Amino acid sequence: MTSAPSISPPAAPGESLLEVRAVSKRFGAREVLRALSLEIVSGEFLTLLGESGSGKTTLLRLIAGFEQPTAGEIWMQSERLDTLPPYKRRVNTVFQHYALFPHLNVSENVAYGLHAAGAQKTEIASRVKDALAMVRMEEYASTKPAKLSGGQQQRVALARALVNRPKLLLLDEPLSALDANLRKEMQSELKSLQREVGITFLFVTHDQEEAMALSDRIALLRNGALEQVASPREIYARPATAYTAQFIGQTNLLRATVNGGIAQCECFSFPCSLPDGPSLFSLRPEAIALDGGTEQSPNSIRFSATIHQQIYSGATELLELQTANGTTLRARISSGGPLSGSHDFVFPSTEAVPVHE
Amino acid sequence: MYSRTYKLLISVPAIFWVALFLLLPYALMFAHSFWSVSDGVIVHGWNLRNYATLFQNPVYLQVLGRTARIACSVTLLSIVLGYPLAYFLSFHAGPRKELLYQLVIVPLWVSYLVRGYAWKTILGSDGVLNGFLQYLHITSEPVSALLYSPFAVVLMLTHIYTPFVFLPIYASLEHIPRPLLEASQDLGASPRATFFRVILPLSLPGLLAGATFAFVLSLGDFLAPLLVGGNSSTMIANIVQSLFGAAYDWPLGAAISIFILVFTLAVLSFTQRLERRWSFE
Repeated sequence: MTSAPSISPPAAPGESLLEVRAVSKRFGAREVLRALSLEIVSGEFLTLLGESGSGKTTLLRLIAGFEQPTAGEIWMQSERLDTLPPYKRRVNTVFQHYALFPHLNVSENVAYGLHAAGAQKTEIASRVKDALAMVRMEEYASTKPAKLSGGQQQRVALARALVNRPKLLLLDEPLSALDANLRKEMQSELKSLQREVGITFLFVTHDQEEAMALSDRIALLRNGALEQVASPREIYARPATAYTAQFIGQTNLLRATVNGGIAQCECFSFPCSLPDGPSLFSLRPEAIALDGGTEQSPNSIRFSATIHQQIYSGATELLELQTANGTTLRARISSGGPLSGSHDFVFPSTEAVPVHE
Repeated sequence: MYSRTYKLLISVPAIFWVALFLLLPYALMFAHSFWSVSDGVIVHGWNLRNYATLFQNPVYLQVLGRTARIACSVTLLSIVLGYPLAYFLSFHAGPRKELLYQLVIVPLWVSYLVRGYAWKTILGSDGVLNGFLQYLHITSEPVSALLYSPFAVVLMLTHIYTPFVFLPIYASLEHIPRPLLEASQDLGASPRATFFRVILPLSLPGLLAGATFAFVLSLGDFLAPLLVGGNSSTMIANIVQSLFGAAYDWPLGAAISIFILVFTLAVLSFTQRLERRWSFE
């Protein structure tokens, strides 16, 4: 067989692949990452989610090797990564604007990494062919990138990275340059591609819906530190902080005082298991329903409120409510015709999730 | 959009200018190249004798050969100096980039003649360089070969045309999207491989444009041989100048000029075609 550079055995799924250990990064006086630690598990689709300026792209560039950490270490299994130049890391990147080489055609672009690694001609040819087939771009093999659409360039960029069989694929907002429809299509393609090749994906995005749709786990960044790392379902249902609750989906934040297992907020009170003192709760809009009077569970919390505004969005609609003491709450209910005036609402007390500031 | 009449009207001055000051002189020169001189008078009899003289007289061929050699040397030296300079400025100069760029450009604002005379004072027998060499006891007496030699011509022309080579190379390097360099390294290419597989191919159009500038401009130069060249480094433009001047053989001068013009146009069309093939936009 042909000899690509020796490949250490792939990490078994579920094993730790990459460890970011207390990494800090400063650009001058600006601290972009603050002693951030993160473990990436082999085979997972992990998304770095955050606003622009939260440090997600910087973290990606540190792992790729385009930036050096100010402090901390990055390890890939038993190998220290942060001291290696980018071309010696078993990591490949799909760049935000693809960064295809304009003077090389599609198959030359895809072959670039294999050439650099000194692979045999016959092996290069067959692997390039397979990679192009994987992203359904075989017929464009001899086309120059300038002649391709955004979605096609995206596919070539994916093939160019995956053909090297990296241990970890870094994707820097790869879908942000595509229009909405193509974006949805590429999302599902990306997800099935990741399952197919079994390579660990580290995906950067600022789009929380995209993160929810694609990821096994989401790492939410805020001001250079991790806010929460959890599966999409968990991060949505059990947000650790008020910031997480607001960034991922919509929520109502309730400021309450707990006294003897009862949380008392401005508009109602509900049972909880927190110690006495001030507390903050997140209540998702869809947890609130119109009170049909049938629900008699002891968990049900009732309140009445005036409907301020009704925003229709197909299957569901969003109600902006105002309670008697002036608190504004949002409820998402199944669509069922125009509503106005004062109504009774109900929510299960277990849906009020305690969150940190 | 603009009407046909309007377009026609605004192009009249330009057409007039080109016709009067470019096409007409060329036509006159072309006609002259087939005439001859007899007893100090230009005879308007059509013949190819001037072209025959050009290709048969060893003096002209020798000067043409020397001119081509000097132009090639200047081109190569300007690239050897200009490319690394442009590369450094584009990729490694950091915050000093603007300042260094201006420093490269500033000599272009100084008169060609002044720069020529500067070389005279540097290279002359009692010039700066000879004084320095004697001060260091590397030489015991002035080296006269420094000035009035093809070497001096190449040196002066290289000094003058390096910025012309630098500029298009710098522009093409600046034009390379930086993520491409990261992509190359990301795919496992060392900095060296990145240079040869990405940077150099993408800067070829600029390199070619710069080389064309240096070659074509040196090919037609007559001041450098005049100022620092001496008799041993007469270039073809000096011959043309003397034929149109003291020697009073306009027809032969015209024939040589036409020959150089055709040669230059051939070089230009060749490099233009290459440039088009190497550009990727």
